[in-house]
Amino acid sequence: MIAYLLRRLMWAIPTLIGVNLLVFTLFFIVNSPDDMARAQLGSKRVTQEAIERWKADRGYDKPLFWNSRAQGLARVSDTIFVQKSARMFLLDFGKSDVGRDINRELSQRMWPSLALALPVFVLGLFAAIVFALVLVFFRATWLDFTGVVLCVVLMSISALFYILAGQYLFARTWNLVPISGFLPGVDAWRFLVLPILIGLVSGLGANVRWYRALFLEEIEKDYVRTARAKGLSEAAVLFRHVLKNGMIPILTGAVVLIPSLFLGSLLSESFFGIPGLGSFTIDAILQQDFAVVRAMVFIGALLYILGLMLTDVSYTLVDPRVRLQ
Amino acid sequence: MPSPALRIFVVYLLAAGALLLGGCGETWNDPYPRGDRGKNYLYEFFNSRPKHLDPAQSYVEDEAWFVSSTYESLYEYHYLKRPYTLIPNLAQAMPTVSYLDAQGKVLPPDAAPERIAQSVYEIRLRPGVRYQPHPAFAKDEQGHYRYFDLDDAKLGGREQIGDFEFTGTRELTSEDLAYQIKRFVRPRLESPALSIFTQIVGLEALGKQLEADAATGKIDPDGWIDLRKYTLAGVETPDPLTLRIRLKGKYPQFIYWLATTFVVPMPWEAERFYAQPGMARRELTLDMWPVGTGPFMLTRNRPLRELLLERNPNFREQTYPCEGEPGDAAASLLKDCGKRLPFVDGVRFSYERESIPFWNKFLQGYYDFYSSSRFAGMATFDAALQLQGGALSLTEGMQAKGITLATETEPSFQYFFVNMLDPVLGDGGATPEAQERARKLRRAIGIALDVEEYLNIVRNGLGVGQQGPIPPGLPGFRSGEAGVNPYLYTWNHNRPQRRSIEEAKRLLVEAGYPGGRDAKTGAPLIIYFDGYDAFDRNRLALITKQLKRIDIQIVPRLTEWNRFQEKHRKGVAQFSFWGWNADYPDPENFLFLFYGPNSKMKSGGENVFNYANPEFDALFERFRRMDIAADRQPVIDQMVDITRRDAPVVAGWHDQAFQLSHAWLGNVKLGKMVRTQRKYLSIDPRQRHLARVAWNQPTLWPLVLAGLSLVALALFTWRRYRRHETEKALPGGGT
Repeated sequence: MIAYLLRRLMWAIPTLIGVNLLVFTLFFIVNSPDDMARAQLGSKRVTQEAIERWKADRGYDKPLFWNSRAQGLARVSDTIFVQKSARMFLLDFGKSDVGRDINRELSQRMWPSLALALPVFVLGLFAAIVFALVLVFFRATWLDFTGVVLCVVLMSISALFYILAGQYLFARTWNLVPISGFLPGVDAWRFLVLPILIGLVSGLGANVRWYRALFLEEIEKDYVRTARAKGLSEAAVLFRHVLKNGMIPILTGAVVLIPSLFLGSLLSESFFGIPGLGSFTIDAILQQDFAVVRAMVFIGALLYILGLMLTDVSYTLVDPRVRLQ
Repeated sequence: MPSPALRIFVVYLLAAGALLLGGCGETWNDPYPRGDRGKNYLYEFFNSRPKHLDPAQSYVEDEAWFVSSTYESLYEYHYLKRPYTLIPNLAQAMPTVSYLDAQGKVLPPDAAPERIAQSVYEIRLRPGVRYQPHPAFAKDEQGHYRYFDLDDAKLGGREQIGDFEFTGTRELTSEDLAYQIKRFVRPRLESPALSIFTQIVGLEALGKQLEADAATGKIDPDGWIDLRKYTLAGVETPDPLTLRIRLKGKYPQFIYWLATTFVVPMPWEAERFYAQPGMARRELTLDMWPVGTGPFMLTRNRPLRELLLERNPNFREQTYPCEGEPGDAAASLLKDCGKRLPFVDGVRFSYERESIPFWNKFLQGYYDFYSSSRFAGMATFDAALQLQGGALSLTEGMQAKGITLATETEPSFQYFFVNMLDPVLGDGGATPEAQERARKLRRAIGIALDVEEYLNIVRNGLGVGQQGPIPPGLPGFRSGEAGVNPYLYTWNHNRPQRRSIEEAKRLLVEAGYPGGRDAKTGAPLIIYFDGYDAFDRNRLALITKQLKRIDIQIVPRLTEWNRFQEKHRKGVAQFSFWGWNADYPDPENFLFLFYGPNSKMKSGGENVFNYANPEFDALFERFRRMDIAADRQPVIDQMVDITRRDAPVVAGWHDQAFQLSHAWLGNVKLGKMVRTQRKYLSIDPRQRHLARVAWNQPTLWPLVLAGLSLVALALFTWRRYRRHETEKALPGGGT
């Protein structure tokens, strides 16, 4: 398995270079270094000299991919692409275009993002599995039908509506929690309760329907009939046997989401004023801060690759037939 | 006897309830730390992280609140008087200005501008002004600076400026102002001030010297540069309280720039302190942590969460004004006359990205005011305001909460304009006849573009249709019939009335486009509107409909902001939209937009229309060298009339801002140019506390209902499960 993982890690390098190249190309199709300088320096009373100085100070005065004025290897290395990309592979993201340390920002903002996303993920997974198994237990009854209809309704409502309605009811009308904001430490729970609840409810419908379909497929199989014939209770059949055998597709969907928990929720963080990585990314996009956008995409790609590896490993844990070679 | 599992569940439930109630206090939805309760803080928001708090770099409205509260400029605008009036702030008095000829001889005050080689501004500073407590000034018993030999290891876990144990202060000197002016040309510091302050004798030369020294390794551009060692010819400090600035030629508007936060004292110790290794990595920089003499000091800076300004204990004695405009006394704006500033102990800025949560928190009393100029969207307008007979008033709901309304026509100018280099809409070619035809075409468009209708539909009536480039309330603005643009309006029943569509059609015929078609070729007149993505479809539909009335077709060319700007830099736009917010309240700051050498395409200036009229340029050159106190009105009238006649701006308006304030907020007077407003505002913390408690009592029945529903669902499921598990396989059958 170690050889397999090492091989996957080696494959990650060209993947990351490719992702970085794509982001770089797309960004510079839309924005020139002059545009970036103007975004940082403002649109009033900006001289071309100031723009040139800004670019020179930050290394944006070089060619994008090929430096024809340089000699030898420097033709490739003395370019914006290489200068801005190489250090990222050492997880050194350098400074943002306004001069702030990106690594420091990441280490600070990761925690509020996790504080919001982790409970949504764990509780959401738990709730979806439990509700799906309950629906499977009541399959082909009016309860099952009602549950499925409810799931479709939950799926059909946009996340933004949940947020606005949740804020209006729980925070504005019933005054139960703050509408937005964030405080560190033990006070954080007051600000997280509502976004977690909303995250939970907004994701429940789709997950319950999907898991229900998976479990229904399992429940018709021979081993389930055998378990029942053995005299096991229905709860034991569902939670001990059906759940375990239905875990592979669930893990595929769920484990790959774990890395994205670090990246934050763009919408929730924005509306609830949570200072996580989601709002950090949105701010960077709006301010055309290429250094931050590039770093966030790089981290996203890296975490996604790690997530997929983690998924592969988890298969071996839930299914003894799977071997990584 | 309940089961052990049930007992554990009940214990956990009680503990959770106790935690919930214990953590909340009187209101459950209070978003602020418990330590704030009862404090005399002002509560505000910010919606994007301030990029620069360094006064040499900051030039954005959203940063101005922080910079103006922590630093002090030499002059400021009177809080209550309108038109805006400059008064001394750090300076003891208004500057004495003298003029020198090319030989350095003193000229009389009324000397012809062309004889003036240099202007000398002499400014006397207030004595005894001290900086905020800051670790950069901290000294040990031997008089050595405590924190001047730090490195990454010694800094340890310090992340905020409050993490330093010792602080110090010192008295402000004129050297600190000279130091700040030198910073405009410091390598690695792209100051927007540079384009303005190059008028100072020797500043450009100093910039070149610093660049040369950085290139040869004499100085480290990323490290500490002791600018005290460099001489700036145009700035002298004959004694610790006197600052002398020499400018090239005559530039009367320079006084306004002395009221900006570009020219504030900057102690060399601050730059020396922040230049140490490990500081930048911890974001301990001048861009994050100001070191000023202002009424407040930044004590907490957690970007995208909160910024906290607290009262500067070293702030000099400054008092609330005792005179203002007529009506200020009746509006209770003079009741604090003579009282020491500031009134509030601090200002807490919380991060709010979206307008709806902010609005709801304002209604709950957690923000003290709501300002239309801070959030672009006005989704809440209908809930708060009503427009009756052209006047704004509060809705009953707002009045019931004791909320008050303040409005102001801002010193700004938003406009639809044509690119004068365009062959169809521009100046029309070489012959006077062709130019006149093009003028008539622009005037026809100006009549058809009904700004009043546009403001009512798009901006809830929040704006004043422009009669010329100068906004109401500024010197040079003419009100009433004398101020009407005769090419677009007539004066009727004591108000301007837009000329008729028939008249616009007649102008179109005279311009060579009868019925919206080229008289020679018969081709339809199609105008390309160059906008950017923020210019939404509804607005576009409205102007398309308005121009359709005179048979002109609009074809939109919307693009994103960077390409939009690029089009204007290249001069390839045809018909577009732009805006200008005043740097200072003087007509020069609006008329310069039409000055030929400021052409956007030719010089990258702010003349986005690329308008060039030698007659206007000659008048402007004369005007800009006139003393501010001189009778400038006749020249202004001539220039305004030329801009109306030539119509590079076909239609536009001046923004109207409003602010909703809670009853506990005192001394509210809007003034876009007065960025030091925070020190004048007062709070009644007891009234605020009582209102918050009354408005935010938690409603518990939804929690009880939700809990009972969950329990009922669980019980129901359990019973169905039990029945399923115990029911017989066959009716009446055995187990």
